[in-house]
Amino acid sequence: MQEFLQYLFSGITNGAIYAVIAIGFSMLYRSTDLINFAHGEFVMIGAMTMVTLTVAVQVPVMPAFIITVVGVSILGLVFERMAIRTVRRPEPIVLIIITVGASIFLRGLGMLVWGKDSHTMPAFTAHPPLDIAGARLLAQSIWIVAIAIAVAACLHLFYKRTLTGKAMHACAINKQAAWLVGIPSKLMTLLAFGLSTGMGAVAGVIIAPITMPAYDMGSMLGLKGFCAAMLGGLGSLWGSVLGGFLLGILEALGVGFVSSGLKDATAFLLLLLVLYFRPGGLISAVKVKRF
Amino acid sequence: MLRIRNLKCFYGQIMAVKGITLSVREKEIITLIGANGSGKSTLMAAISGLLPSWSGEIRFEENDLKGMDPPAVVKAGISLVPEGRLIFPPMSVYDNLVLGAYTMLRSKARNEVQASMAAVFDLFPILKERCSQPAGTLSGGEQQMLAIGRALMAKPRLLLLDEPSMGLAPMLVEKIMGVLLTLREKGLTILLVEQNARAALSVADRGYVFETGSIVLEGAADDLLSDTNVKRAYLGKDYEEFDDEN
Repeated sequence: MQEFLQYLFSGITNGAIYAVIAIGFSMLYRSTDLINFAHGEFVMIGAMTMVTLTVAVQVPVMPAFIITVVGVSILGLVFERMAIRTVRRPEPIVLIIITVGASIFLRGLGMLVWGKDSHTMPAFTAHPPLDIAGARLLAQSIWIVAIAIAVAACLHLFYKRTLTGKAMHACAINKQAAWLVGIPSKLMTLLAFGLSTGMGAVAGVIIAPITMPAYDMGSMLGLKGFCAAMLGGLGSLWGSVLGGFLLGILEALGVGFVSSGLKDATAFLLLLLVLYFRPGGLISAVKVKRF
Repeated sequence: MLRIRNLKCFYGQIMAVKGITLSVREKEIITLIGANGSGKSTLMAAISGLLPSWSGEIRFEENDLKGMDPPAVVKAGISLVPEGRLIFPPMSVYDNLVLGAYTMLRSKARNEVQASMAAVFDLFPILKERCSQPAGTLSGGEQQMLAIGRALMAKPRLLLLDEPSMGLAPMLVEKIMGVLLTLREKGLTILLVEQNARAALSVADRGYVFETGSIVLEGAADDLLSDTNVKRAYLGKDYEEFDDEN
């Protein structure tokens, strides 16, 4: 039981991170039909910026958190304006290849700025771990899960209660109809990029204290987040949250009770199963057609 | 109010509208009738900013619409009720209407938005009853009312309607046409594209008949209703009666 709980806590913690990354994928897809394969690199930039601010510049955690998320969101806006909007014929495959290229570029840039070494930063708060039925739960894990749920709840309110959120949702439902009622769809696309990369930064910030961030951490995290988004339903906010937690928990249990070699395989096995049996994800937000 | 001169619209190399000239005066209901593919909806797309590739002139009041995108056209005072309604099905009726006033809300005119909403509910009381219901669960007629209501939320001075009767029972078509007359009484100018020529001409002041991208006939609605060619091509039943009489 103790062992199970320990794996469960680990799975929930990782799941929360996957969930935030998946939300970033989903929110962008929902508004633009685009998968940003550079999303993992924005997670990396978030983590590395947070480490730099808190460790090298000694900025307190809360201001560093805000500066990082705002900074990475602005980087996302710049990315959209410079790399996506300037494309003459924005066909999906062209845009996807651009995001793959951006991923390689940002990883290289990360290596130049922060070097090849891993970095460390302390947890947000220095509370000792909680003991629950013999299993230890880190304070940072509680922060991670709380922040992930808070972020999802805020986004839910943003989409349901604010005019801009509703306008972005309308663009996601039917871009032409939204345009016709006067919603500037290009601005909504830009906002979606900012929001999505901001989510990436949040994931990077909360993961930084429990991992050793390095320039190459983004690829695998990005792929896991993508799997989580697909699992829950690409485009669905709560589907992404569900997919993230499910992936994290199954991955942790797979590592604990089957084989530690299964950690990364679990995500991709789940992705294959979802694509085969339920391509729209567990909570389908979009209609999916098979070729 | 709306002046179109020598308008040519293109889809790639294909010319879908071939140099038409028409005008709409204030508080008029003008209808465009014609078969599928005759260029009526293309004209609507050009006016509303959806179709950028056109030459000629489209002027609305003092504004040249050349180069304007749909949000700019809405701000200028023209709203389109598109073919197929294009409402936002998962969103509530209320949210659909609020989004119709997006350009006004951006300019902080919140009181005006409440007034617009009240006016829409006066016109279509059923929408008030269904306010919190997802728009996709409304009946076809109610969805059409919502599409018109959403367009009215932006307080347009010119309302464009593309096939509002499509897929509706005759009773509902009559109701929608009645609403157009009410709107005209309130000072709105209406440009109506319809395949249901009888319904459209029964409420319109003037009409234009489109064929393969050109205007082949124009005149007062009553004159068009009694025109032999119009009867033959678009008013099947009347034509039969006309034929019997002769």
